[in-house]
Amino acid sequence: MKHRTFFWFFLPTGLAMVLFIAAPIVSVVMQSMFAPHEAVIVTVENCGPFGCTEETTIDQEATREVREAAPLGRFVGLDIYFDRGHLAVAEVGEAWRSTDSLGAFFSKLGNLPFYRAIGFTLTYTFVVTPLLIILGLMIALAVNSLHRRLKGLVIFFSLLPMIVTPLIGSLILFWMIDSRGILGSAIQWMANDPELSLKASTGLTWVTLIVYGVWNSAPFAFVVFYAGLQTLPQDQLEAAQIDGANRWQQVWHVVVPHLMPLVTFVTLIQLMDNFKVLEPIVGLNAAAHATSLSWIILNDLGGETRQLSAASTTSVLTIIGVAILLSPVLVRTWRDFKGKT
Amino acid sequence: MSFTKKIVVAAAFTALGSTAALACEISARVSIVGNEFPAIQTVGANAQACSGAEVSTNLTADHQKINLPGMQGNPAEYTSAIIANSSIVALMNDDVIRPLDDLVAKYGGSLKKNQLITINGQIMAVAFMANAQHLVYRQDILADMGIEPPKTYEDMLAAAEKIRAAGVLENPLGGAYAAGWNLAQEFNNMFLGYGGEHFKPGSAEPNINNEAGVKTLNMMKALSEYMNPDFLTHDSNATSAEWKAGNVAIMNMWGSRVGPLRDPEGSLQVVVDNTAIAGPMTVGGGSIPASTLWWDGWTVAKNISDAEAESTFMAMMNGIDPSILDNEEVAEQAVWLIDGYEPTEAAVGVFAAANAGTIPYPMLPYMGLMHTALGAELSDFMQGKESAEQALADVEAAYIAAAKEKGFL
Repeated sequence: MKHRTFFWFFLPTGLAMVLFIAAPIVSVVMQSMFAPHEAVIVTVENCGPFGCTEETTIDQEATREVREAAPLGRFVGLDIYFDRGHLAVAEVGEAWRSTDSLGAFFSKLGNLPFYRAIGFTLTYTFVVTPLLIILGLMIALAVNSLHRRLKGLVIFFSLLPMIVTPLIGSLILFWMIDSRGILGSAIQWMANDPELSLKASTGLTWVTLIVYGVWNSAPFAFVVFYAGLQTLPQDQLEAAQIDGANRWQQVWHVVVPHLMPLVTFVTLIQLMDNFKVLEPIVGLNAAAHATSLSWIILNDLGGETRQLSAASTTSVLTIIGVAILLSPVLVRTWRDFKGKT
Repeated sequence: MSFTKKIVVAAAFTALGSTAALACEISARVSIVGNEFPAIQTVGANAQACSGAEVSTNLTADHQKINLPGMQGNPAEYTSAIIANSSIVALMNDDVIRPLDDLVAKYGGSLKKNQLITINGQIMAVAFMANAQHLVYRQDILADMGIEPPKTYEDMLAAAEKIRAAGVLENPLGGAYAAGWNLAQEFNNMFLGYGGEHFKPGSAEPNINNEAGVKTLNMMKALSEYMNPDFLTHDSNATSAEWKAGNVAIMNMWGSRVGPLRDPEGSLQVVVDNTAIAGPMTVGGGSIPASTLWWDGWTVAKNISDAEAESTFMAMMNGIDPSILDNEEVAEQAVWLIDGYEPTEAAVGVFAAANAGTIPYPMLPYMGLMHTALGAELSDFMQGKESAEQALADVEAAYIAAAKEKGFL
């Protein structure tokens, strides 16, 4: 394609990408480096239904002048990145100096919001992603071997977890695993422990979140793999059968290699998605036991006083995290691409 | 719109049959954002009874996430936000609501002086109801066991032990201890009860890592031993559900949520018949109840035309017109501050709270940040994963980081 043709061809997409991807990222990076101005505070008398009290409030006149002089706020550079709510450089250094074992150091680290969140986020990402790929592949293989008439119905039911809104799905699970819910009671009965509560234990909450994550995302892997199975080279399969390969060997040596590019694709998308885990934590009310980077952003924005700069900083850190996470897969894809040309 | 919501609105409208005669003619658009519970639904529906221009409402539990962004534009999307003493601060901090002195002088004849929220001498909001958390108890269970309704949290613990030991209920206490806003609010209650002050006088420096703070956490931990083990996931709704199912005998609950507990639809009959209320409890021998006083009121946006502000004020005045109290159901929805309100039985707890000198929730520019820090950092202690001192140090550190960012420190 000529460069000129390519330019006009790409322009609409390019514009949309600049507008909807690049510009917001630039804006978030800017906001993470600027913080609101120092508040000018005055003590005033406030009165209401319960009498009058001396309280402090923001001096709007004085604050407006400062704001108009520098509408972006005060430039703080990377200060917010390094504060306790984020990378907590000072606190981590202190923890390193004051502890003599790695275990103690990590336990101190787990007390800092960012590292606690990253701990759960990474565990979730690296447990859920492989599990959902394996489960998705298993469902796809099972459905593919079904009778033609049954397929439609089974596909529909297999897709249900993906169709249900994540927040609703997690809410339903939340009620079911309540100690008085159907699953909660069943587990108590099976474990023979009437005190057992999934919601009161950090470990069990993590398990619940991970199970939910796999349940919710497996249909995506299933759909992709199922589509891939339709292009399976029959002659290779037949050759394998003639060579006496059993079903497991056929899957491992013929089907999986054929689906490998799709596995890479699903891995990429799911690593990205799972790193941004949010809905199950909100839906399962699990913030006491598990937090994620996205949950921190929601918490910063949802308080009575919104912390835009803190939320922006966590957003930028999330983007960096996703980039690091995807880099091995991207590098591999790039090498494959170079190898082909 | 949910089914129940429709019913509430419909009921409110029917209730309005008589008030519609009240002339409320407005000339410019009115758009209201606010929280969602029956009393506010009533105010919103009454404001919508005005004719001449469109009055729209957006009443949702997520109101505080949208009211500020919705009022920062020029012209503002929302011409009025219904807020409480905690959430008005965010609107004040960003200067998006206007002083109402001239409008009150012109149209606010029926307002009582204690409805006017003045900040630095300017009227910034009009309050229409009061609220507080207070004692709710099952009179049948307490009477059977020969226990007096507790006046202090120490009594509450003793009562809980008795009820559990007798095998009546396994987890006799309730409380909205869900990690986040609710848990932080319970800390605030107890901390004020122990005589604590959140900030060093006259500054934004935190002041919770002290004896009062440690006592507060230890008391909360002691109480939680008698609660459903899932207490860190129980907000006011879930706690109410436990109550309605008859699993709880004593709890500290919002006055505005007592009505639904006695609703035969959703509550066991024995709960309906025996849910009793009393004033908030004290703690640690203190005289000030371990609770906070709240008001709900409305504001008028700054970034709108004067005509819109005038129409908004008139519509909101119609929303809280004394005639709405003629409907008995409406009169029981809240502890109204409106002229002519006769306290109903449901108001006993909140009135007792006000009379006992309960402290109003602090209206400070940085209180919201403290509340958020408490909500995020206390759950480790409640699970027994760290000491009270460590939890309080974490809260202070988290608060300081946030306050530095927002320019308060």
